[in-house]
Parts: sequence; structure tokens; C-alpha cells
Amino acid sequence: MLTHTFKPDQPPPRTSVGIVAWLRANLFSGWFNTLLTLFALYLVWLLLPPLLNWAVLDADWQGSTRADCSGEGACWVFIKARFGQFMYGFYPPELRWRVDLTVLLAIVGAAPLFVRRMPRKAAYGLAFLLVYPLLAFWLLHGGLGLTPVPTSRWGGLMLTLVIAAVGIAGALPLGVLLALGRRSKMPAIKVLCVTFIEFWRGVPLITVLFMSSVMLPLFLPEQVTIDKLLRALIGVILFQSAYVAEVVRGGLQAIPKGQYEAAAAMGLGYWRTMGLVILPQAMKLVIPGLVNTFIALFKDTSLVIIIGLFDLLNSIKQATSDPAWLGMATEGYVFAALVFWIFCFGMSRYSQRLERRLDTGHKR
Amino acid sequence: MQNPANPPRAGSLLSDPKARAWLFQVIAVIAVVAFGWYLFQNTQHNLQQRGILSGFQFLSNSAGFGISQHLIDYAESDSYGRVFVIGLLNTLLVSVIGIVLATLLGFVLGIARLSPNWLVRKLATVYIETFRNIPPLLQIFFWYFAVLLPLPGPRQSLGLGDAFFLNNRGLYMPAPTLDGGFWPFLVAVVLALSAIGVLARAVRRRREATGQGFPLLLTALALLVLLPGLSVLLFGKPFVWSVPQLQGFNFRGGWVVIPELIALTLALTVYTAAFIAENVRAGIQAINHGQTEAARSLGLPPGKTLRLVIVPQALRVIIPPLTSQYLNLAKNSSLAAGIGYPDMVSLFAGTVLNQTGQAIEVIAITMSVYLAISISISILMNVYNKRVALIER
Repeated sequence: MLTHTFKPDQPPPRTSVGIVAWLRANLFSGWFNTLLTLFALYLVWLLLPPLLNWAVLDADWQGSTRADCSGEGACWVFIKARFGQFMYGFYPPELRWRVDLTVLLAIVGAAPLFVRRMPRKAAYGLAFLLVYPLLAFWLLHGGLGLTPVPTSRWGGLMLTLVIAAVGIAGALPLGVLLALGRRSKMPAIKVLCVTFIEFWRGVPLITVLFMSSVMLPLFLPEQVTIDKLLRALIGVILFQSAYVAEVVRGGLQAIPKGQYEAAAAMGLGYWRTMGLVILPQAMKLVIPGLVNTFIALFKDTSLVIIIGLFDLLNSIKQATSDPAWLGMATEGYVFAALVFWIFCFGMSRYSQRLERRLDTGHKR
Repeated sequence: MQNPANPPRAGSLLSDPKARAWLFQVIAVIAVVAFGWYLFQNTQHNLQQRGILSGFQFLSNSAGFGISQHLIDYAESDSYGRVFVIGLLNTLLVSVIGIVLATLLGFVLGIARLSPNWLVRKLATVYIETFRNIPPLLQIFFWYFAVLLPLPGPRQSLGLGDAFFLNNRGLYMPAPTLDGGFWPFLVAVVLALSAIGVLARAVRRRREATGQGFPLLLTALALLVLLPGLSVLLFGKPFVWSVPQLQGFNFRGGWVVIPELIALTLALTVYTAAFIAENVRAGIQAINHGQTEAARSLGLPPGKTLRLVIVPQALRVIIPPLTSQYLNLAKNSSLAAGIGYPDMVSLFAGTVLNQTGQAIEVIAITMSVYLAISISISILMNVYNKRVALIER
């Protein structure tokens, strides 16, 4: 009987495995690539060490006054000293627990919505959307047993979050209605909705804020005075609803015609067709798009500085012009950028994950 | 069961979809008109109470304030109307510069994100993810308050050679001023360009007819150098460079780019480029890999594959989102109000509104300008889009 014994495999050539091969394939695959790599390395070497030195190694972390900063690197003492103002604005320090509680309630209340297989999720979500805003308003604004805090004292990150949250919550229903109107077969409704949407999409948010701050008081009856924050919120909601409408319209257009026809064949009228058949499918499709509009809105909230509201950016701008802390502009704006970045990057990652998860049907 | 012989009951008109649609539309229009009328009444009453005269007469009144950057002549005694034109020009200036720079940077970054080079790819990703997640206004503030304003004064300017100086009053650079030879020079350049145009068409026709090539690039370069060069030899220099000189406490001569413009341009470019890069990447990735393989199997080298096969197809995908990025940049240029760059919003909706109190007129003018800019950019882009769009059989 013949038996074959195979010789053991030769190891692959040393140049095609391990780090050397990876380097060669990814960084030095030709003279042009090598040149690019060297250039990129030079850029990194130019930027990274000074940045690291400034932000971490030479930075001052301890202390509470300007004098505690040696001046070599970043003076994070400034951020530490003003942290309360950046987060809460001029909200009375002894009442700040109310803001914390509002945020905590939002996190605890919204957490079940992110559980994938929760029963009765829609009903819970609706209840949350109805109850939470009232509760949050009561906690933040006071009254009914709590010390009232006028909106002029709201500020910092808290105000930024309030504007973004109210903006999207107000813009969503309005945007859905506008999107339905734009797809309507009734010419007058369609023209009204298209005009409304295109008008708000054509102008910058700043002019909208200017408008709501100087023109709203003129539009309303004389005896009505309207809170500055409310004016900004109305402007933000109107502006944002146009963008939401366009995103939702994309979702409506993606629903195949058969769905409409099937609904009609079941004898459903317009509102039931939309409410029970079309919108539930369309809204699922547009969630990532809505998250993206929300990111844009979140960044846009920084514009309320123009009409004199003290959001995160304005609080920091004010703090950097404080004579006791002159020359802290870089630290202040880097901190603001970091906060905005964490929120926006987090949301964009979430939206990408959703997009992958929801990418199930309708793709042709 | 309804008897068709019976006349329809009054209630059935409401169950007729057409009639209902009419009714609904009439109600909607009446509601909108009534709401508008209500606002109009309130406004009229409020204006009367405050003693504000509505109308556009204020545009011819004298403005009486200075402006740090004006592309056309301006004096404090000039009218609000002229202030409006200056603001508009400044807005257009920053938008155009921003769009050009952001497009260039965005395309480079978008291609870098798809580079086979790992390091380049990662660097481009880090850039994009960093800058598109930071509000543009914050970026403007950063460049302006944290970088440009703390720069030293004119006497300790950062200089590049003896021509460019950067200090807290702006960037000073040499400016060309016209000299005797300018007009002949201009004629020579125009002649050279039109000759190249004619030549290019002839070369293309010949290549399509006979397949023979022609060294067009070299000829064009030669024409562009020789003709204007001849004009300089015969008629003298077209420009004299006016170089900024430190005199006393400030520079004289040359061009000054004010720090507000630098900060605004930098921030808008950096921010928008991140978005354009993503559009470019998506556009290139949208092209089926089979196209690349087909091109390679025809024997096209990688450069030509990119230029002749991938890019023309990718452009079709890139153009529509690119348009909305341009629109965003034009609208974001209004953030100038945050640092006092004299654009439409900060000059007109800011200073002029405060001085005259004509809120409605000023805001209406400002908004219609932005609407006009938005509409014209999207029309232009639609025309271009139609030209590159896929013509299917």
C-alpha cells in the first residue's frame, strides 16, 4: 500500500504577511503613494505634537483663578471655573437640580424607546411625547409650587438643548402636514404648501430670527407681549418645519403606489390611508433623514446669539470677554466645539446605525 | 339602496370628493387670507402707535456711518440704498470665494477619502468628521476671536517675504495697478485664448475624422506665453505691483483683506468642504465597479479611467447635492453678522434696521435677496445638471 505524506506547507513569503506586507500594500505601494504617505506623516508631525502639548501636556488643570495658569499650554482652569455658567446660564444655582432632573427624566423616559423589542412602543412613545413636555416646562419654568425662573435666566447648554428639542418637537407635526399638503391633489393646498416650504428653505435662519425678534411684536395685537425665547422658538419651528417637510416627502415618495391602491381598495379614506398605511411606513424610512435634520438644527441653535439669547456659545463668548479671564478665547471655543462635536457626532453615528438596521424593504 | 331616479339629497354633495375638495380649498384659502389680514391690521395699528412711516423712502436718506469694506466707492453721506448694494456685493464676494475654495478642498478630500493609502484615507476621515460636526458660527468665532484678533499689531506683523503681511488688522498683499501696456496685454491674452479655442475645435474635428492627434497642450501654452510676452516687449508692462509698506502705525499700498473676511472665508470653506467631500465620495462610490473594470480591460491607464470614465458619470450624482451645499454656503455667509463683517445681514438687517426702525421693509428686502440668490443658484445648477444628465435610449 502506498501512503502519501504531504510535505508541510511552506510559510508565505515574509513580504506578504504581517506588518511589513500591510505597510507595503497600504502605504508604500508605489512612488506616488510613498510620496503621499511621507507628506501625510509630515502633516501629522506638524500638527499633532503641538496640539498634544497645548491641550494635555503643558495644560493647567488645577486651581480656580487666572493666576493658576502658567501660560504655556491650555488653561482648562477657566472652563472649570465657569462650568456652571456654561451648562445652566444664569439659572439660580440653588435651583439647578431642576434642570438636572429634567434631563434625567428625559433619559429615563426615552430609554425604553431604544429597546428594540418593547411591546406597545408606539403607545408609550406617544404618551411620553404628551406628558414629558408639560413636566419639563413645569420643572424648568416653575410655578405651581416651584419657584418661577423667567426664561431670561435660562442659558448655557441647557438653553441649547431646550431650543433644539422644542424646535424638532414643534417642527415634526407641522412638517408632516406640509409634506402631505405638498403631495396633495388639491391645487390650492399644494401651492400654499410649496410656497411656504420654499420660502423658509430659501432664506438663512439668521434672517428668520431677526424677523421673529423684530417683526413678531409688530404682527401681534398691542397688548400681547411675547417672550424673547418664545419668539426665537417660533422662528426655529417655522424654519425647521420646511426642512422636515422635505425629508418626509422623500419618505412618502418612496412608498410604492400599490400601498395607496390597496388602502383605497379596503375603503379607507384619505386620513386613514395616510395615518394607518402610508405614514407608518414612510416615517420609518425617514428616521435617519430626520436625525440628520436634527443635527443641523442642533448646530443652528448657536445662531440665537444674534438676537441676544445666552446659549452655550454665547455664554462662552461672554465669559471670554470677562476682564478677569482675558485671552481665554481659544480654550473657550475649543471647549464649545468639543461639546457640540460630541452631540453631533454621536447622533450621526446613531443615524448611520439606524440606516443600516432599517434598510430592509422598499429598495429597488 | 339609493334610487337613481330620486334627486340627490343636500347631504350627498358633501360626500362627493370633488365638491369636498373644492370646499376644503376654499376654506383653506379664506383662512390664510384672513390670518394675513389680521396680521396686516395689527401691524398697521402698531406702526401708527409707534409713529413709523412705512414705505421705501428711507432708502434715499443719508446713512451716516462708516463701513470697513466696500467694493464700490462709499462715503458716510451716501444713501441707505448704496449701503444695501455694498452689503449685497460683500455677501456675493464671500460666497463666491467660499464656493470656489470649498469645491477645490472638498474634491481633494473626497478623493483622499477613497485613496488606497491608509494614512491619507484616515486623515481625510478625521478632517470630515471633525469639521462637519462643529457649528459654522462657532468656527467663525474661533478663527476670528481666537486666531486672528490676538495676532500682533502692524509693527510686529507676520511677514511672508516682503510682500505679504498678516496682523490683527488683516492680510496685506501686493495689488496690481494698471500700467501703460495693459490694454495691448489684454488684447493679446484675448487673442491667444480665442486662437486656442479655434485650434481645439479643429484638432477635435481632425481626431474624430482621421484619428490623428496633435500636441494641443504644448501649442496652447506656447500661444499663451508668446502673444502676451510679445505685447510686454512692444508696449511695456501691463501692471505695476503696489507693495504694502509699513508707514507709521499701519501699512500703506497694496490690498487689505480685513480679518472678518478671512475668518468668514476660512470657516465657511473648512465647514462646507467637509460636506462636499462626502458628496464627492458618495458620487464616486455610486459608480458601479464594473465601469472601472471595463475601462481597465480596454487598456485605459488608471488616470484616464478616472478622467474619462468615472468622473463624468460621478458628476451626475454629485451635482444635485453639490448645489444644495452651495446654497447652504451662500446662506451661511449671513453668519457674518456674528463678527461684524459688513454683509447684507449685518449691514442692512443690523445697522440700517436699528437706525431707521423700518423693520418690515428691511427684513423683506433682505429675505428677498437671499431668495433671489437661492433661486438663481438652483436655476444655474439645474441647467448644468440637464446638460450632464444621463440621456437614456
